[in-house]
Amino acid sequence: MTRHTARGLVAVGALAAVAALTLAGCGSGFSSGSPSSSSGTGLTSSKKPLTIMIGSSGDAETTAVKDAVAGWSKKSGVSASVVVATDLQQQLSQGFAASAPPDLFYLSSDIMAGFADNGSLKAYGDLLKNKADFYPSLVKNFTYKNRFYCAPKDFSTLQLVIDTDLWKKAGLTDADIPTTWDQLAADAKKLTSGKTKGLVFNGEYARLGVFMAQAGGRLVSADGTRAEADSSQNAAALDYVKKQLAAGTFAYAKDVGAGWGGEAFGKQTAAMTIEGNWITGAMSADFPKVKYKVVELPAGPAGKGTLQFTTCWGMAAKSPNQKAALDLVEYLTSADQQLAFSKAFGPMPSVQSAAAQWKSDNAALTPFLAGAAYAQGVPTNAGASDVVNDFNSQLATLKSSDPATILTSVQKNLETVVKK
Amino acid sequence: MSALARPATAPAPPRRRSSGIRRGEGLAGWLFTLPVIILLGVFLLVPVLMALWVSFSDWNGNGSPLSPSVDFVGLRNYADLTTGNGLAERNFGLSLRNNLWYVLLVVPLQTVLSLLLAVLVSRRLLRGRGFFRTAYYFPSVTSSVAITVLWLFLFSNSGAVNAILGRLGANGPDWFNEPTGLWAVIAGWFGMTQPAAWLNQGGFLEVTPWEWLQGPSIAMFAYVLMAVFTTSGTFMLIFMAAIQNIDPALDEAGMIDGASGWERFRQITLPQLRPALFTVLTLGLIGCWQVFDQIYTGTQGAPGKTTLTPAYLSYQASFGSQQWGDGAAIAFILFVIIVAFTLFQRWVLRDRPVSRRRIRAYQPKAPQGGAAS
Repeated sequence: MTRHTARGLVAVGALAAVAALTLAGCGSGFSSGSPSSSSGTGLTSSKKPLTIMIGSSGDAETTAVKDAVAGWSKKSGVSASVVVATDLQQQLSQGFAASAPPDLFYLSSDIMAGFADNGSLKAYGDLLKNKADFYPSLVKNFTYKNRFYCAPKDFSTLQLVIDTDLWKKAGLTDADIPTTWDQLAADAKKLTSGKTKGLVFNGEYARLGVFMAQAGGRLVSADGTRAEADSSQNAAALDYVKKQLAAGTFAYAKDVGAGWGGEAFGKQTAAMTIEGNWITGAMSADFPKVKYKVVELPAGPAGKGTLQFTTCWGMAAKSPNQKAALDLVEYLTSADQQLAFSKAFGPMPSVQSAAAQWKSDNAALTPFLAGAAYAQGVPTNAGASDVVNDFNSQLATLKSSDPATILTSVQKNLETVVKK
Repeated sequence: MSALARPATAPAPPRRRSSGIRRGEGLAGWLFTLPVIILLGVFLLVPVLMALWVSFSDWNGNGSPLSPSVDFVGLRNYADLTTGNGLAERNFGLSLRNNLWYVLLVVPLQTVLSLLLAVLVSRRLLRGRGFFRTAYYFPSVTSSVAITVLWLFLFSNSGAVNAILGRLGANGPDWFNEPTGLWAVIAGWFGMTQPAAWLNQGGFLEVTPWEWLQGPSIAMFAYVLMAVFTTSGTFMLIFMAAIQNIDPALDEAGMIDGASGWERFRQITLPQLRPALFTVLTLGLIGCWQVFDQIYTGTQGAPGKTTLTPAYLSYQASFGSQQWGDGAAIAFILFVIIVAFTLFQRWVLRDRPVSRRRIRAYQPKAPQGGAAS
């Protein structure tokens, strides 16, 4: 019996080897079929239609992007179709592995480096006609190993959102709007009563990072080459947050039974929260009765600071029609088009020429745009998102752990990442 | 699911001595099994071999893994996971810790529960057996994604489970957001809150002894309950089929000998369920080590990485971080773990010759037809 099984296995193995070789043939066939990825500034050009893959927040965004792309198609004569991904990162990975990626796609700054490192992306940033119009800090976000990869499509920053009713009830006035850490702590204390906590936010780097920025710290140096997690500035920031968490005036969203800061804020278990401009959509949809206003976050020991998040239009290195794709990107990132997107689904334009118009359209949200001047990006090195995930898992228990120990372990993990 | 396809990989062996009239049988056998062999080869074996190659290569996810630009890097990906001293090693260690506790809790619980259910619904006296069989089997035919969503609602902070616990006067935890280990929570009830200092030092795969020992997190424990809930029905069917194959005469013979209900179950029914038991334990073990869809739809590794499993980590490393070599290496280490566990379990459940002490008890008695078979 065993001998038979062994013989059978050998036969099956031989068959598999033949099949693998056949597939290998197919594999090389695929890559030779597509146009060779050009180096330098050369862009491929052909009559092929474009595919644009987006990860949409909802119908409003899908319709707006489809309409914009259709408008460009009419103007340029190049047909283009928009595909909405259900899991963008996975579908991009599959496209790159199969050498058949979409021509243009949403690409967030924290996963860009992984795709840039494996040669999937075309670095076209320097070819953009409107390059100078983008906010410099956003350009820096998408510059990896000294190459400006892709055009930022929009961005958002974090600021302080205040529940005006609870604010008044606690006897606070406009003069009390916090401008320093001490004032923030004092206000939070006054606003804490019963089930309501003064300031509630998600227990993760993407929120606590604002305090690190205000203290003058960061995870990775601005040029992305040095890990700076275990600085005394970062420790001061975490110490401050830990102290307030222990006092019960700050709380994490999950501690008050909410999924994120906006939910706690809407349910009024939080009098203040730290969120981005997406909170406006959630508030008008789920909690239309809660009155609020947005102010800039207080300054820390090193001045004002916040975090910014952004997504760009990634271009595939293996796209057969990069010239048309570049034209489409310039169209989609123009001030007019971005203002139209902003009206449709609320993102902040990534170009400075749209700022004045956006401010007059969204007067209540100007603090978010003001943040662009001093906002800090999240680390973009390849593998950094794993480190941040690990950092987040440690921040979840910040109340009972030692900030210095946390930062030391983050520093160790980041050092291996920046060396790559 | 892939586990179910396993037995089919061994083709029907041709007769060894081919003589005269049976000469063509070998060829015919291969011919009849060829469609399945080709299907399994192309869709199972070749992808597995390609993944094996990826685990030894520096393929980065761009283009074909078999293209000439991809290099062989030996055991580097495996070393990264086991001796790298980095985040990759710690993540892998944590995922092993989580899944090990998951297996240790789910496999015994689901086996005992499904056996109990099978014995209950196999009783001839039970009214409405058909209803109970369907009811118990129902969770097994429901999609695991649907059950996960249901579970997220049931075990949310203000969900049904906590509401019931609240009625009973207990303060339920925030299940899917609670990273504390189950044993650590229980130790906390007895006032043991701080682990001894030596438990926080060193450790295996960058995971400290305390982290290994504190058990599955509350979040993982909710998944344990879910797995037991969903899989018991399937395994109940396997046990039921086996119970129906047992000759009722054996049970009657036991009754005549004056054996109690428990004795008859322990000495007559259970030994004859050994093949079914082996099947259930093996399938349960494989299924538990491969847990993925619940994690993917549910917590994605959170809170505090305590629901990270090797299968999910493999996906995350590959599709998330473009570390395809690491991802494939995790998958193959997982494969080795599953094979090792299955072999160990086969060894434990092997047919042992009756010991001399035992056999002596039977010898003085007159040989009884029933007990010998």
